[in-house]
Amino acid sequence: MAEALLRVDGLEKHFGGIVATDGVTLEVAPGEIHALIGPNGAGKTTLIAQLSGSLAPDAGRILFGGADITAMPQHGRVRAGLARSYQITSIFRRFSVRDNLSLAVQARSGSSLAFWRPVAAETALAEEAGRIAAQVGLGDRLDAAAGSLAHAEQRCLEVGLALATNARLLLLDEPMAGMGPDESQRMIGLIERLRATVSVLLVEHDMDAVFRLADRISVLVNGAIVATGTPAEIRADADVRRAYLGDEVPT
Amino acid sequence: MRRALTVGVLLLAIAFPLAMQAIDQTYYVTMASRILVYALAATSLNLILGYGGMISFGHAAFVGAGAYTASIMIAEGMPSAWIGWPLAMAVPALLALAIGAISLRTRGVYFIMITLAFAQMIYYLTVSMKAYGGDEGLTLTQRATLGFGLDLKDDATFYYVVLAILVAALFLVSRLVNARFGRVVQAIRENESRMEAIGYPTLRYKLIAFVLAGALGGLAGALLANQNSYVNPGILHWTESGKLMIMVILGGVGHLYGGVFGAIGLLGLEEVLANHKFAWLAALYPDYQQHSLLGVGVAMLAVVLYAPQGIAGLFRRGKDG
Repeated sequence: MAEALLRVDGLEKHFGGIVATDGVTLEVAPGEIHALIGPNGAGKTTLIAQLSGSLAPDAGRILFGGADITAMPQHGRVRAGLARSYQITSIFRRFSVRDNLSLAVQARSGSSLAFWRPVAAETALAEEAGRIAAQVGLGDRLDAAAGSLAHAEQRCLEVGLALATNARLLLLDEPMAGMGPDESQRMIGLIERLRATVSVLLVEHDMDAVFRLADRISVLVNGAIVATGTPAEIRADADVRRAYLGDEVPT
Repeated sequence: MRRALTVGVLLLAIAFPLAMQAIDQTYYVTMASRILVYALAATSLNLILGYGGMISFGHAAFVGAGAYTASIMIAEGMPSAWIGWPLAMAVPALLALAIGAISLRTRGVYFIMITLAFAQMIYYLTVSMKAYGGDEGLTLTQRATLGFGLDLKDDATFYYVVLAILVAALFLVSRLVNARFGRVVQAIRENESRMEAIGYPTLRYKLIAFVLAGALGGLAGALLANQNSYVNPGILHWTESGKLMIMVILGGVGHLYGGVFGAIGLLGLEEVLANHKFAWLAALYPDYQQHSLLGVGVAMLAVVLYAPQGIAGLFRRGKDG
C-alpha cells in the first residue's frame, strides 16, 4: 500500500473513568474512502473530534501526510488539508448559502485581515462558492439563508462547507443523518463523485451507503478498533456480525 | 434613498449649532457634543458586542484609559491633540490586547464577568493614582490644542470636531464590517466552532476586533475628558460600562447606527426626565425626577419586548424582515 495519508497511532482518550478512545490505530490511504462503523456510543464522533483537532487526545499520535499533527490546532489542520463535517448540522444559519461557502473559500485564499474592501465585490470568492454549491446540489439556492433550507439541503451545505476548504481528507460525520431514502441516494452519489479528488473517512450508520462506498471499513466498538478490512471481509467477520452488524448485513 | 437620508441628517447635524445660536440656546450644543461623544463610545462597543457577539462588560476601562491618558498629557504640559489623542487610543489598545488575550478564551457569562473584573481593576488603579488626583479626579487647566486656528474651548468648534470624528469612525466601521475582516467577525458570532473547522484562528480575529474597539473607545474617552475639562475614576466605574451596553441594546445591537441611536435615546431620555416636569407623570409617580433611571428601565423593557433590534431596527422594518 502507498504511504498513508492519515495515520493514527495508539490514540487514547479518557473522560474520567470512561475510555472513549482505546488505543485506536488506523490508516487512510490516498484516494481511499474509509468507513468507520460501530454502535451508538462506540466513540466515533469523539475520534473525529480528536482527528480534526477540537479535542486533544490523552496519548497517541496523529500523522497527516507524513507530518505529526497531534498538537496542531484545528484551524492549522484545515489549512494542511484535513477538514470535517458535523453529525449535528453546524452552518451559518443567518448567512446565505453563497456567503457560507465563500467564507470557507476565503479562509484559504488570501488574508482575512482586510478592513476596507467590500468582500461582496470579490467575484472570485462568489464564483468558487457557486461552483461548490453546484457540486453539492445547491446551485439554485445560493441566495437562500442557510437556516431556511430544508433539512437535506442543510446536510448538503454541511458537507459543502468541508469541501470548500479544499481538503485532501474529509472527515464526514454521518452525512446522511436524518435524510430520507432519495436524499441519501443523492448524498451517496455526491461522495462517490468526490472519490476522484479527495480521500474520505466516513462515519455512517446507513449500511447500504457504507457497503456501496467504502474501499475499506474499520469497526469501532467501545472505543477500540475490532476489525479493519474490505467490505467483503467485514461482512464475513464473525466478531463484527456479533458485535454490531447483526441482521443488517446486506446479503 | 438611504444615502439621501444620511446626507440629510448630516446636514441637520452641521446646522444644529447655528440654529441653537440663533435662538440663544447654546446649552444644547454642549449637550449634543456629549451625546456625540457617547455615540462614539457606544459605536466602539457595538463593534465587539453587536458585530462580534463579545458581551464585554468592561468597556468603560478603555474609555477611561483614553480619558486619563489625554488628561495626563495635558497635565504634563503636552496639550497637543495630535500627540495626546493618538496616545489615548494606543494605551487602551494595549490594555485591550492584554485583557482580550486572557478573557477572550472564555465564553458566555464567564467572559462578561472577567471583562468586568479587569475593568474594576483598572478603576481601582486610577483611584490609587495619587499623583493625578486619586479618587478626587484631575481638573484640566486647558483643553487639548488642535492648531489650524481651531479652539476647542469654543463649544461650537468642539461640537464640529467631535462630529467629524464620529462621522469618520462610522465610515470606518461601515467599511470594516463589510470587508473580509468584518465578515469573519460576524461569522464567529454566528458559529465560532464552525469557523475553526473551516480554518480560521478565531481567537486572533476576536482579539483584533477587541483591540480596535478599545482604541476607538479610548478616543471617545479623550473627547469626554476634554469636554468636561475634568476626569475622575467614576468614568471607569462598572455602571459606565453598563450605560454603554444599554445604549447599544437600546440603539440596535449590530446595527451601524445602533450606538448613535442609543446615545441619543438614553441621554435624551435622561435629560427630558430630569429637567422637564410632566404633570401626568408626576401625578402617577411624584418622585420620578429623582429616579430618572426608572424611566430608562421602562424604556429598556419596551425595547426588549417590542423592538429587540433596538431603535435602528425600527428604521429597517420591511427591509430585511
